[in-house]
Amino acid sequence: MTVTATTVALDSVVEAGDGALVTVPAGGRLQIVDLYGNQAVDTLFYDAHDIDNRYSAFDTIREQRAVFLTIGSRLVSTRLDELAVITDDTCGRHDTVGGACSQESNVIRYGESTRHQHACRQTFLRYGAKAGIGQRQLTHNINFFMNVPVTPSGGLTFEDGLSAPGKYVEITASRDLFALISNCPQVNNPCNGWNPTPIQLLGWW
Amino acid sequence: MTHAHEVPGDAAWSAPVRAGRTITLTALADGANATMLIIGTDRLDRLNIPDTLKSQMSARIKPGMVLMSDRGLALATVIASSLDWHDCLTGARPDRLLLLELVKHGLGEADLHGCVNFFSKVAVADDPRASLAFVPDHAHAGDTVTLRADQDLLIFVSTAPHALSDGTAASVAVQLEPPAHLETPAHLETLVRLETPVHVEDPELREEAVRALRLTRELIA
Ligand SMILES: [Zn+2]
Repeated sequence: MTVTATTVALDSVVEAGDGALVTVPAGGRLQIVDLYGNQAVDTLFYDAHDIDNRYSAFDTIREQRAVFLTIGSRLVSTRLDELAVITDDTCGRHDTVGGACSQESNVIRYGESTRHQHACRQTFLRYGAKAGIGQRQLTHNINFFMNVPVTPSGGLTFEDGLSAPGKYVEITASRDLFALISNCPQVNNPCNGWNPTPIQLLGWW
Repeated sequence: MTHAHEVPGDAAWSAPVRAGRTITLTALADGANATMLIIGTDRLDRLNIPDTLKSQMSARIKPGMVLMSDRGLALATVIASSLDWHDCLTGARPDRLLLLELVKHGLGEADLHGCVNFFSKVAVADDPRASLAFVPDHAHAGDTVTLRADQDLLIFVSTAPHALSDGTAASVAVQLEPPAHLETPAHLETLVRLETPVHVEDPELREEAVRALRLTRELIA
């Protein structure tokens, strides 16, 4: 059922490196605010009534025939159900190819000394557990505010974000959703401007 | 021993593959597509396309690349291919062919994950959204790609046409071969470097890929 009366249902700060599991009802609007700029917000969406019906990065990219996400992007599941639509965006584009950091990939990328640094995969597992989201249910996520240019020659790089303090992105839920959020703690590459910072979550439903 | 199998167009197939074996896919007609999911034999550690791409600074799969798992291990290495671009950004055709194959192994919808569309190319435009366009005449009959399993694997292949193609499905031959010799860890690394074709612009694997190969060998040992 689509909720029509909207009130401020959510207003919270997610500290740098922390996460959240938010239930957004159909029709609800969730805004993620990059309070200090250059902060990657790793996000997964699940149908709240069937978590196997989950966000699919590569189905979403294919269906919109473009790599980056922005206003109008339909976020679809592996069943091609529309989970949500990006309805406002003051940043301009968001990544869904770069995935999440994990302790294991940190070791590969930055060496053994990073093994026990905090990572998005840990946050996803920690906050996802109460919704039954385990390792099998994780998939390739959205990185709101992150800049991962893909080039015509097939190259891919990580660059400084296009975001700035106060920029925000808003999604409107097309069905009842779980939004699983990791406010990325990565300090080994420029995805967070080398300095992870808090974000704000605002919800209307 | 060698195992050869021909997967007809619009079909799905799966097989366990032992560490060290090579998997050669051959396009049997123009416009072939072989969508592949790769899962470790623990049935949980899957091919992770973003980690594979980030570690090797590439948005396409090409010879010399290591295909990495969620846990940062090498699953397979692309040791040779007649094509230097295999799509990995646009997913499988949503026809559930792979899902049925997954179910045979006790897996399911939760295991539909990032895949490689071997023989297919989706061109990336130089515009603000990085728009995509399927390249219809990319693969031809006789094109090949050879992977080496870096650990024991389950592989899943669908020969449905690429999801953005309006062409017809084509058959793909699969050949699984045992290692030519008992490989020492040093051989593995040499093999990757030597068999990387010269047309790859940067034949040196990035440090992360070499580290994934080393960790995988330690895991198997
Ligand atoms: Zn992260």
